[in-house]
Amino acid sequence: MEKTQRISTANLERNFQEVERALTNQEALEESNRCLYCYDAPCIKACPTGIDIPTFIKKIASGNLLGSAKTIMSSNPVGASCARVCPTEELCEGACVLNHSTKPIMIGNLQRYATDWAIKNEINLFEPGKPNGKSVAVVGGGPAGLSAARELARLGYEVTIFEAAEKAGGLNTYGIVSFRLPQAISYWEVDQVEKLNVTIKTNTRVGKDVSVKDLVKDFDCIILAVGMAHVPDLGIEGEDLEGVYDAIEFVKETKSGRVSKDFVGKRAVVIGAGNTAIDGATCSVRLGAKNVKILYRRTEEEMTAYDFEYEFAKQDGVEFRWLTAPEKIIGNEHGKVIGIECIKMELGEPDKDGRRRPYPVEGSEYVIPVDAVIKAIGQTRHLELIHALELQHDRGVVLVNKETYQTSNPQIYACGDVVFGKGNGDAMVVTAAQQGKLAAYSIHKQFTAASRAQ
Amino acid sequence: MADLSINLAGIKSPNPFWLASAPPTNSGYQVQRAFEAGWGGAVWKTLGDPILNVSSRFAAISFNGQRVAGFNNIELITDRPLDVNLKEIYETKKRFPNHAIIASLMMEPKQEKWHELVKRVEDVGVDGLELNFGCPHGMAERGMGSASGQVPALVERQTHWVKEVAKTPVIVKLTPNITDITATAEAACNGGADAISMINTINSLMGVDLDTWNTIPHVAGKGAHGGYCGPAVKPIALNMVAECARHANINIPISGIGGISNWQDAVEFMLMGATGVQICTAAMHHGFRIVEDMIEGLSHYLDGKGIKSVSEIIGKSVQKYSDWGNLDLNYNIVAKINTDVCINCNKCHIACEDTSHQCIDRLTDKNGKPYLKVREEDCVGCNLCSIVCPVDGAIDMVEVPYELPPMTWNERQSALSLAAECKIDSHK
Repeated sequence: MEKTQRISTANLERNFQEVERALTNQEALEESNRCLYCYDAPCIKACPTGIDIPTFIKKIASGNLLGSAKTIMSSNPVGASCARVCPTEELCEGACVLNHSTKPIMIGNLQRYATDWAIKNEINLFEPGKPNGKSVAVVGGGPAGLSAARELARLGYEVTIFEAAEKAGGLNTYGIVSFRLPQAISYWEVDQVEKLNVTIKTNTRVGKDVSVKDLVKDFDCIILAVGMAHVPDLGIEGEDLEGVYDAIEFVKETKSGRVSKDFVGKRAVVIGAGNTAIDGATCSVRLGAKNVKILYRRTEEEMTAYDFEYEFAKQDGVEFRWLTAPEKIIGNEHGKVIGIECIKMELGEPDKDGRRRPYPVEGSEYVIPVDAVIKAIGQTRHLELIHALELQHDRGVVLVNKETYQTSNPQIYACGDVVFGKGNGDAMVVTAAQQGKLAAYSIHKQFTAASRAQ
Repeated sequence: MADLSINLAGIKSPNPFWLASAPPTNSGYQVQRAFEAGWGGAVWKTLGDPILNVSSRFAAISFNGQRVAGFNNIELITDRPLDVNLKEIYETKKRFPNHAIIASLMMEPKQEKWHELVKRVEDVGVDGLELNFGCPHGMAERGMGSASGQVPALVERQTHWVKEVAKTPVIVKLTPNITDITATAEAACNGGADAISMINTINSLMGVDLDTWNTIPHVAGKGAHGGYCGPAVKPIALNMVAECARHANINIPISGIGGISNWQDAVEFMLMGATGVQICTAAMHHGFRIVEDMIEGLSHYLDGKGIKSVSEIIGKSVQKYSDWGNLDLNYNIVAKINTDVCINCNKCHIACEDTSHQCIDRLTDKNGKPYLKVREEDCVGCNLCSIVCPVDGAIDMVEVPYELPPMTWNERQSALSLAAECKIDSHK
């Protein structure tokens, strides 16, 4: 399948259209009939949300696309997004038994085929449950929050989502590059949740537009699903120069629908080598930058980006500079970035988290002339809100009971990136969705147990 | 959600999907698992006098890498004691009172033996009986199964014997190993059957091993014909159902069997006159869980069409099935090749050139690019090109306007004979 379209400098908008082509009806039919329909299939176990994959594929084969979409979305409320962004070769497709005989089923693409059908046919897949009189506030309308809200609404809870941004969807709406995940897909998932009578208050930041105190008072339960915040400072000189970007904000801007021409013909560097760094780099290429480099203080071995993302960036012509750390961003007299001073690194012994710690090589400083510097070295935490809610946390990672997702305050649950700490594997959309579901079920269990006790 | 429940000659079930009498319905354990999975009914594996089975019983045809396009077996009726089966039927019915349990029966053609079996089986509370006049292997050599089913008089007589004592509805299961199935279907009606089911399996030999020269399957180097079923037999079964459904003297419900693998197949059988369907091979290939998609797919299909009950679709296509003599000779379709979709494999060209009507030309456009074009004036609308075409939407068969008013062969012949008579008259 052709993956990368030619980058066009004349038509930048085109560069941001979805790169992966949808399966044709015939491809979907052939591929779905190739699925073995395994019993107790390993792909189901490999899916963090436990989608009954053989069943949804069988339903594509039989022409029951509505049933197929329901099977997917009932297990994963953001299943249309996950069809596009999941690292499938590390999850379902990696577990497919056909890896041992022929080649694995294209599960992600089939999932997209079925959910695309539901989107195109404007189907409402689920009904709200019978109101049970309980209310839940969900702080944050990203994958975890939406997932929790969807399940609670189906169970009859009155759910209000508080979303700081203009639209709900979180990472899916703003954080994942549109050539992987068009916003329309995320909006459809938000809409599916809203149709279950979930109130979504956008442009509403908890702690600012609505007080934490009111939230605690007005709702029976709270789910904290605020994810993470902006990219932290590099802590070097020149970060406030014009031409220095926060990768999250940078990607968000490319999803606004207004594609800037500012990058055409420019040279950009991205600091960091995670998936967000790749996004920053490939977006730069698609904005017309003539040269894009990723600077990483460790090596290819330690980089956290998925293999397919790394491959994708290379195909986009992104250059990688390993063992390279920024020392100083250099500006001109107008306060604009003109270069970045870097230093060569070498790796020492493995760190506490198992990665080898990099050390600077003295005297190896050199300058790369650039017009833009994009910072992608992780994300900060919503510490202020966590403090206001008086929750126990470890450097901004909210501590929860690993089974129930209950925080140190029994009225408050937390899920998604806000509870995601080091050493917890990948922070995936699909994991956030599953945690949202589990938090919702825990709340339901808590209330059901309480009402039985009465 | 549409009502999926059916009533087949008084046998009610929550949905039209029954497991056919076969290995999947061999025991209470299996049938109860099936009901838990959602099957609406089960026809218990045939009860009768004790038999012995052989080892190596099944074989299947793979077609171009797809497994189980067709399936064959040389297994006989139940090899478990009647008492055990009856006890399990009783327990299963007690646990699942709303699901249909039909006992399949086979007996040598003796009135008193049939009477005894029917009474014993009905005593445990089955919802109906299905007389196995179809099984083509093994039992047929002993005068039972299809050996009975191929003789209309025997079908009628044995049905009559059963009806003398039966209190529950009696379904007669017919063999396809006969020239005209409506003859035995009519015999069943005359014997008083409440319903007929079809088809049982077709005589088959699945293959011969090229190295050992043994049959497939073989039992210690020897083989015997088996009964063929699975997706490959569906068109044969569908025709037989349709022929019975449109037959003037066959006016009892039909339970459709033969290669039904999903809800779409079931809809086709019901449109062609089946009140419900029976399934075996698909369950043997994938397990009982396939019924979930069957139920859901059928339900969504009906909802999508605004149909409230599945019963409303029964027989809706029967009137569209007729004799060749009633087809319109002046109706015309031609092939149209969509060059933008076509991938230029030339399969349509060679199929037409060698084996049909030589009307697909290989041409080259002004840029030197090859393309295929149908000479519509020579196209007879046979469909062959669109059948061999590997790409969806590359060849459409489109209707062309009538040049002459509609006329069937039968109408033509009667018009001709009328004209001949007039001629004779004018000579008088």
